[in-house]
Amino acid sequence: MKTLAPSPGLITRIGAPISVMVAAVLALAIVACALLAAWIAPYDPTDLASFELINAELPPAFTADGDARFLLGTDNQGRDLLSAMLYGARVSIAIGGGAVIMAATLGVILGLIAGYYGGRVDAVIMRVADVILSFPTILLALLVSGVARAIFPGAATAEWAPLILICAIAIHEWVQYARTVRAATMVETAKDYVRAGKVIGLPSRRIMLRHILPNVMSPVLVISTINLAAAVLTEATLSFLGVGMPPTYPSLGTLIRIGNEFVFSGIWWIALFPALALVILVLAVNIVGDWLRDRFNPKLRVKR
Amino acid sequence: MKARHVATLSVAFGALMGLAAEAKTLRWSSPTDLTTLDPYAHTESFTTSMLHHVFDPLVRRGRNLELEPALAVSWKTVKPDTWRFELRKNVKFHNGNPFTADDVVASITRLLDPGARARGNIATVLKAEKVDDYTVDIVTNGPYPLLLNDLAGVYIMDKEWMEANGALKPGNIATGVTTAASTSAVGTGPFKVESYKPDAGTTFVVNPDWWDKPQHNLTRIEFKPVKSDATRVAALLSGELDLIAPAPLQDLQRIGSSSGFKVIEEPSLRLIMLTLSAKPELKAMPGQKNPMLDVKVRQAMWHAIDFETIKKRVMRDKSRNTGTLVAPPVPGYSKDNDQPLGYDQDKAKKLLAEAGYPNGFKTKLNCPNDRYINDEQTCVAIASMWTKVGIQTELQTESRATYFPRQDRGEFDVSMVGWATLPPMDGFSVLSSLLTAQKDGYGGSNSSGYTNPQIEELTRKAAVELDEEKRRSMLVEALKVARDTVAFIPIHQQPVAWAVRDGVDVPQFPDEYVRLWFANVK
Amino acid sequence: MHMLKVLLSRLGQAALVMLVVSAVSFLMFRFVGDPVATMSRENATVEEKAELRRSLGLDQPVVVQYGRFLARTLSGDLGISYRNQRPVTQLIAERLPATLELVIVATVLSLALGIPLGVLCALKPNGIAARLVQALSLVGISTPTFVTGIVLILVFAVSLGWLPSFGRGQVVDLGWWSTGFLTASGLKSLLLPGITLALYQLTLIMRLVRAEMIDVLSSDYIRFAKARGLPSRYIHFRLALRNALMPVITVTGLQIGSLIAFAIVTETVFQWPGMGLLFIQAVSFADIPVMAAYLLFVGLLFVLINTVVDILYAVVDPRLRARSA
Repeated sequence: MKTLAPSPGLITRIGAPISVMVAAVLALAIVACALLAAWIAPYDPTDLASFELINAELPPAFTADGDARFLLGTDNQGRDLLSAMLYGARVSIAIGGGAVIMAATLGVILGLIAGYYGGRVDAVIMRVADVILSFPTILLALLVSGVARAIFPGAATAEWAPLILICAIAIHEWVQYARTVRAATMVETAKDYVRAGKVIGLPSRRIMLRHILPNVMSPVLVISTINLAAAVLTEATLSFLGVGMPPTYPSLGTLIRIGNEFVFSGIWWIALFPALALVILVLAVNIVGDWLRDRFNPKLRVKR
Repeated sequence: MKARHVATLSVAFGALMGLAAEAKTLRWSSPTDLTTLDPYAHTESFTTSMLHHVFDPLVRRGRNLELEPALAVSWKTVKPDTWRFELRKNVKFHNGNPFTADDVVASITRLLDPGARARGNIATVLKAEKVDDYTVDIVTNGPYPLLLNDLAGVYIMDKEWMEANGALKPGNIATGVTTAASTSAVGTGPFKVESYKPDAGTTFVVNPDWWDKPQHNLTRIEFKPVKSDATRVAALLSGELDLIAPAPLQDLQRIGSSSGFKVIEEPSLRLIMLTLSAKPELKAMPGQKNPMLDVKVRQAMWHAIDFETIKKRVMRDKSRNTGTLVAPPVPGYSKDNDQPLGYDQDKAKKLLAEAGYPNGFKTKLNCPNDRYINDEQTCVAIASMWTKVGIQTELQTESRATYFPRQDRGEFDVSMVGWATLPPMDGFSVLSSLLTAQKDGYGGSNSSGYTNPQIEELTRKAAVELDEEKRRSMLVEALKVARDTVAFIPIHQQPVAWAVRDGVDVPQFPDEYVRLWFANVK
Repeated sequence: MHMLKVLLSRLGQAALVMLVVSAVSFLMFRFVGDPVATMSRENATVEEKAELRRSLGLDQPVVVQYGRFLARTLSGDLGISYRNQRPVTQLIAERLPATLELVIVATVLSLALGIPLGVLCALKPNGIAARLVQALSLVGISTPTFVTGIVLILVFAVSLGWLPSFGRGQVVDLGWWSTGFLTASGLKSLLLPGITLALYQLTLIMRLVRAEMIDVLSSDYIRFAKARGLPSRYIHFRLALRNALMPVITVTGLQIGSLIAFAIVTETVFQWPGMGLLFIQAVSFADIPVMAAYLLFVGLLFVLINTVVDILYAVVDPRLRARSA
């Protein structure tokens, strides 16, 4: 359990191989571009008044029939594909990140509670975790979004779909955090300083948040990196299956779904570029996550 | 008698030839599947067209969609409200049972059951009565000019089979009632169902004892639903299918230029249009007066849409823009009505200002994303064009499964609807279903609440007018009122576009039906 | 005595999980969409609706309704699909063979490729081949299954025309089981979706084999064998691989459930008429009976697999008894 001890300065002792550095820079660059989409995208694809149907399906600017205004070409509605991808990446990352944050928060809290109190509380939380873990992410996510749509028709709209997707993904991902944090908490709880704190009557919440939490954060960060990649993939899969983001507010997965209908017609760019962006983003995050895992906690295994 | 012998002989000969020659299988695919095998349990035109291979109606549509004798050989009106049908003799169901007047009476009675989903297809029929074994009277609720049109969609089932299998009562896909007829079909038609597996495929084999002389050379039909357009095209091009119907518009050029394949297309009867809410307020602007109640606003919304570009880009030049609500071959069509208002953004803005909305207003636009050809794309384009003249449009698209129930409940401000006037193929269907108030069986699909006293009156008069000339002029007049008051905004006439491999000869019909008893395969 | 306790606690847990899953599935049935609204005629009166409510038992307390639902479910009656108009049990039974055959092919492919690749990476962890495989495996887990599927269709079905792009091809009915293993077109049809699904599993198996092999190779037992001068071929394959395979087989078993669920994506891309396609179409049509039944069925499958594996573990490996207790 030594590996779960606080990791001194992630940044200072990195010593990562070149490939990991490159991946990290790439991942950060894509995330930055996506977050700044509103400022750097040439057009605003969410503004219905900003695109012209007459420009539909123009090939990328670097091809023979390309149009210099649209670097990566346009989609079937005449939207600039590059802009749509930047906004799409923003949606994908926001949902993936949202799901990770939600899962981490929930998992850390439940893990702390389970590990600190033990006994019946622990048994109940861990039983629920076991049940959830016995189902794969994609199935639970599909069920949650499917049921949400059946109950409430607004679930498919641009306002509600992200929230539902975040919940659908987080409902599975919190378990990993809860298990890890629980184990670490149990170790910490047995240590003298926590016992002492209990003896002098410090409130439980204070002990958990002030003393135990900082000591379990490094595995949480490692898990989060790997989960971010997984969450972005899950979101893309749901959108591809048609139960994710609507075409009026597409994520990278939605763009691929739309583009897929045109792949065989020689209009390859609508599917290709978003697919490339998705793979590069996920790959970069995965490379970093993989390295972090090996570096800080070889015991954690990828679990999809 | 002699004629029948010849017919029987030629059938036998045809069957022999079929056996002697190699088996001819047609493998084809469409995005939707049969919902049920019970012809009275649904109102879907795709399922109706598929089941026509298994069942025959009393009268059917011929190669040019003209009405022609099928299980009935002749008919006449004995009273204004009573039609007498002479039935075809020596016809057998697939199980060997003979076809008689009892089957017709049992079938009509089954369809008239209030539990039958397709009950509305013969809304004016009161009952069917047996006169003798091969004569049947059908009684309607007053004089009714379109009885034959309606009967072309009524498939005759076997009474003995229904009795033996407890299927005398109809199923209904809306209420979930199923019977033995939901999963097995015994008809008199040119093909028999060999197997029916929802979503996996349905197989038909030729019925060698069909009463009519086959014009096809098929021995087997293998149908597989493939929802994804891309997969369907890929399967055709890789030789796994002989026919795809429909073929996605964006792939037509590519398919047409691949050697060994060709595209067949023609205009469909189906017109796509937008309904405009006629309710006191819009869902998008609760508490305020509905701007669309003003005819100027409705005209502005029409002027604001650039249909030429939609046709060119979204429909790949395969659709036809229209100004009226019925297609040219349908009674009720007139060239004079078929004049779109024309794209003019400035005029649209001016009209909006005149109506008191210089800064536009807000509305919602709802569309299906899996029902009409490129429906979602068309709606995104329209939303974009409206937004440019100041009508801020919030678009929502969804699957037909949830879309149509919501439309029926009147939940939409502006929504897309397609109308092909099927099964009667008559302009009366637009008037009686879409343009009249919801009462006395009228206005069944009028979800916007639009009414107009002139149209109401003309529709009711046309309903009982037996003089075809006069009836048609009433339809034309009513549709003129609909156009002048912008009851709907017509978008375009859909194309029917299929793709086949070379050597497959399948005739196409504007009602989008696939009629494989006219198909020949090399 | 101890064994019996473990067994009973495992079975109890399994029953509890199934109870929870069935409760969720009941709640979907009961509260998602109003059954009365979907089932009554369009212009039904208030009295008619109340009568329908009574006849469906919807006026009873929820607990009573749940009891009835359980009784019906146990007798195999899962209701009728809104979309297909057929008993859900029958639909699932029809689709099961398609999905299972796909999963079998994917499992075999992933083992056949994953084990040798894993061994390679473990034996020469710094060799070029091993590094390449490792890098490719990262690309593999970063590429969504649907993208892989589309690319495979594009290359092998459309461009080269070697393999079919959708469906199961010709199937042969053996009783209620329909198999694609007995015809050429059936086998060809299995290839592309099988590969697509296997790729998802491949990385996992490869990494597991590699980790286990490295673990075993550094154990005293192997060092001892090396010291005795046994041939390295013998050490690597007879001793080390054999020991490393035990967890691999367990994980493969556990993963069968995940593969069935993950087949949803593959089946959608290849229009494979299995349970996954049934489920995804049910989701887009809000076909609640099918969704609820799929949940129950997959839940049952997972619980069965997990329970059996847990019990086996407890029997085989005494060290793990403490963990499972």
